[in-house]
Amino acid sequence: MSIFQQLGAAAALPEILLAIMAMVLLLEGVFVTAHTPNTIRWGAIASMVAVAGLVIWKSGSGSVEAFGGAFVADGFARLMKVLALLGGAVTLAMSGKYLARTRMDSEEYPVLIMLASVGMMVMISAGDLISLYVGLELQSLPLYVIAAINRDNAKSSEAGLKYFVLGALSSGMLLYGASLVYGFTGHTDFAGISAALAKTGATPGVVFGLVFIITGLAFKVSAVPFHMWTPDVYEGAPTPVTAFFAAAPKIAAIALFARVMVGPFAGVTHSWQQVVIFISIASMAFGAVAAIGQSNIKRLMAYSSIANMGFALVGLAAGTVEGVEGLIVYMLIYLATTLGTFACIMAMRRKGIYVEQISDLAGLSRNDKGLAFVLAMLMFSMAGIPPLAGFFGKLFVFLAAVKAGLYVLAVLGVVASVIGAYYYLRIVKLIYFDEAAEKFDGADMELAIVAYASLAFVLGFIVFAQPLVNLASAAAKSLF
Amino acid sequence: MNWPLLSVITFLPLVGVAAILLARGDDEAAARYARWAALWATTGTFLISLLILPNFNAQTAGFQLVENHAWLGLANYRMGIDGISMPFVLLTTFLMPICIGASWFVKIRVREYMIAFLALETLMIGVFCALDLVLFYVFFEAGLIPMFLIIGVWGGARRVYASFKFFLYTLLGSVLMLIAIIAMYWQAGTTDIAVLLTRADGFPAAMQTWLWLAFFASFAVKMPMWPVHTWLPDAHVEAPTAGSVVLAAILLKMGGYGFLRFSLPMFPDASLYFQPLIYTLSIVAIIYTSLVALVQEDMKKLIAYSSVAHMGFVTMGIFSFTRQGIDGAIFQMISHGFVSGALFLCVGVAYDRMHTREIAAYGGLVNRMPLYAFVFLLFTMANIGLPGTSGFVGEFMTLLGAFKNNTWVAFFATSGMILSAVYALPLYRKVALGALVKDSLKHLPDITPRELATLAPLAALAIFFGFYPSPILNLFGVPVEGLLKTLHIAAANAGDILSIAMR
Repeated sequence: MSIFQQLGAAAALPEILLAIMAMVLLLEGVFVTAHTPNTIRWGAIASMVAVAGLVIWKSGSGSVEAFGGAFVADGFARLMKVLALLGGAVTLAMSGKYLARTRMDSEEYPVLIMLASVGMMVMISAGDLISLYVGLELQSLPLYVIAAINRDNAKSSEAGLKYFVLGALSSGMLLYGASLVYGFTGHTDFAGISAALAKTGATPGVVFGLVFIITGLAFKVSAVPFHMWTPDVYEGAPTPVTAFFAAAPKIAAIALFARVMVGPFAGVTHSWQQVVIFISIASMAFGAVAAIGQSNIKRLMAYSSIANMGFALVGLAAGTVEGVEGLIVYMLIYLATTLGTFACIMAMRRKGIYVEQISDLAGLSRNDKGLAFVLAMLMFSMAGIPPLAGFFGKLFVFLAAVKAGLYVLAVLGVVASVIGAYYYLRIVKLIYFDEAAEKFDGADMELAIVAYASLAFVLGFIVFAQPLVNLASAAAKSLF
Repeated sequence: MNWPLLSVITFLPLVGVAAILLARGDDEAAARYARWAALWATTGTFLISLLILPNFNAQTAGFQLVENHAWLGLANYRMGIDGISMPFVLLTTFLMPICIGASWFVKIRVREYMIAFLALETLMIGVFCALDLVLFYVFFEAGLIPMFLIIGVWGGARRVYASFKFFLYTLLGSVLMLIAIIAMYWQAGTTDIAVLLTRADGFPAAMQTWLWLAFFASFAVKMPMWPVHTWLPDAHVEAPTAGSVVLAAILLKMGGYGFLRFSLPMFPDASLYFQPLIYTLSIVAIIYTSLVALVQEDMKKLIAYSSVAHMGFVTMGIFSFTRQGIDGAIFQMISHGFVSGALFLCVGVAYDRMHTREIAAYGGLVNRMPLYAFVFLLFTMANIGLPGTSGFVGEFMTLLGAFKNNTWVAFFATSGMILSAVYALPLYRKVALGALVKDSLKHLPDITPRELATLAPLAALAIFFGFYPSPILNLFGVPVEGLLKTLHIAAANAGDILSIAMR
């Protein structure tokens, strides 16, 4: 028996392959001078799609562990990994022309995204507080760098620095919480913590540690009150980077959040449920209200993502299978709408210069009917209006919340969604009601493909909802 | 019937949307094509919807033409109609070609306009055909999108304000209903409306109160009932003519339909408990909004307030829990669909010529436009509820029902009938009668054949059903009897149940 088999590393094959590919592409970028950033980028996309394919191919193998339980590959992990990889690959595909035009193109960028993706996959599969932390840091460090990738721009550098400082702070808190949990339960592996808690119940020390862990995780999903970095980073980072931030890491972070809460701490649900309910309500309400005053569309999307995380956490707050199922459906829809919206934002280019004021969208429906319709439908979907996909995401999380008896959370949530509808409608109003501003240059092919695919998803979800919901349901069950 | 008639009717307008989307050509040709495609699609839908009549048996309670397909897991795609929903389906399909005809000379963005109306038709028919709570909610809410765009893109000066108010007001009402629907699902284990209606053990009384209130929040806004009616005048004034017609004639009816379909049969105890509340709000609506209508200077606003008053009769009739009251309420909703729709068309005729809705800008139109003055008079009378028009039948029956139940309610509501004459007759006098003194009005042409074609069918029906209402009343006699039976069982236990609900 080789050491490889002893460790059970086959379960982590996708992660290992992606890490190797990242190294290969890094070396290629350095040594093969004939290759341009574009080749590396497409190489990265191909590797990520291939790894996603490998994850799907392995999906029949049930729940397998590696490295003595520190790494778990189950149905939930596979689904979330595929979503995160797709998010990363699509944003990479969208970013090429933008980076080339703004002279930010570099070999490192795709490689950093690949490394961050490896980190996300480890996070999603974490079965131990140590692997959780390693995955989280492996994901975060490349993100700090790419936030500041436009290093000649003060805003981008500020975004990177701010993200780094606050991220380090939250990592520290998470680590402190993990050490408390270890100290009071004697375990770092999730199974061990779970077993220890079943014996002792929630001792104050564990609850203390749990709150610190939640703090760290809430920072990563940018939930209120740990959201402060989000608007600045979203605005400061170049748009393709923002798109990536909004898509893939959010999936990974929320998946990790769910795994930690319903995994080792399932026995002490009542200890963390109130905290999650609070950050959920605060995120929904704050995201909805704060977005109203924004004039920059990337900042608006930052507040929108804060609110969206609040809604996803409604599902988690229920702490049940239905809740996790709702959370998965919600994140699936969130991913599709976010990618489409950022495709539209990246298509906002006037005379070769990228613009990002919301008012730049005025009268879009007269100049570019297709793009206008896509963006309007995506906005209605985010507002949660049926028959669009966004409604079903909200339906499934509230379904779980009501079943768990969290009526107040559900009612506050829907009221927040009405407040939030206002700023989505404001964008529709600009697009359809207002007089036309100058034309945009026209969307690049990749952007158009992503935008229309996203439109097809939000319009068609009502028809093909059943298989996707079944998928989410199976994934959620694997966690319990 | 071995093909899905209701689904065909519901989704046929979307075929029209596809046809318009596929059209190519320069703007003028595309606009012409879009108009005709929309007219064909709506007319075709209406003709096919007439097939319901030979396939419909008015003598049985329960749902007919039922379709059932797996859809979401928790909810199925269930369609079906009974005597209560069927008239609304036909009302919708009947009015849509008229709306398209009334919008024939819309100038800007014709293709989008027609697409919005066709999508709206699909969603409106869906509301009345859906036999699943989630499906109902999807259709009910989705209608906001096209209506928001119709008011916002093709509306008047304050269209942005009106469209936002319309959207957010209605959305806030509806989301609470969504929570209630979810709670019902977990309690009953199904979202099948047919099952929920016939379940032997209904919802627990204490739960009913909350569910009733959540549904009430949605339907009261949609209806609209005082004091949550304020979005309606704004939306009506700013919407284009056909938008106002759809709003008044069909969208408002969803509230009343919702009360009849959900609140009364599913929460009978709570409905009995809240009867005084509804009575009070209805009376206030009838008297207060009639007085408000009296001082309006804008024709559309006046008719909008009169709509609120007429809907007060509907809610009063529904919550009288008598055969006459409920029959009258349904009839009044159908009749109001003809009459208020036609009144908005009449305002549209004047607006197209003068581009103002100020009552003061008109006067003595009878001299230049005798035919118009005649049609306008006819519908004004129907709006007041003159015997011989359909408006009378509905209001009289609701009053009869309320009188049986509570004479004071009937007394106050009857004063509303007088008030309706007080505001409607001066409107007619100021617009149509008197000498034609204003120069701007001296060259107005009388109504065109197109305009007459949109108004004549409505006039014919308003008078026909005024004299002979039985064809409509017979449609829903059996289901209304079933509804009353549920309510009477609840009323028999009322002493017991009220005490539980109070706790």
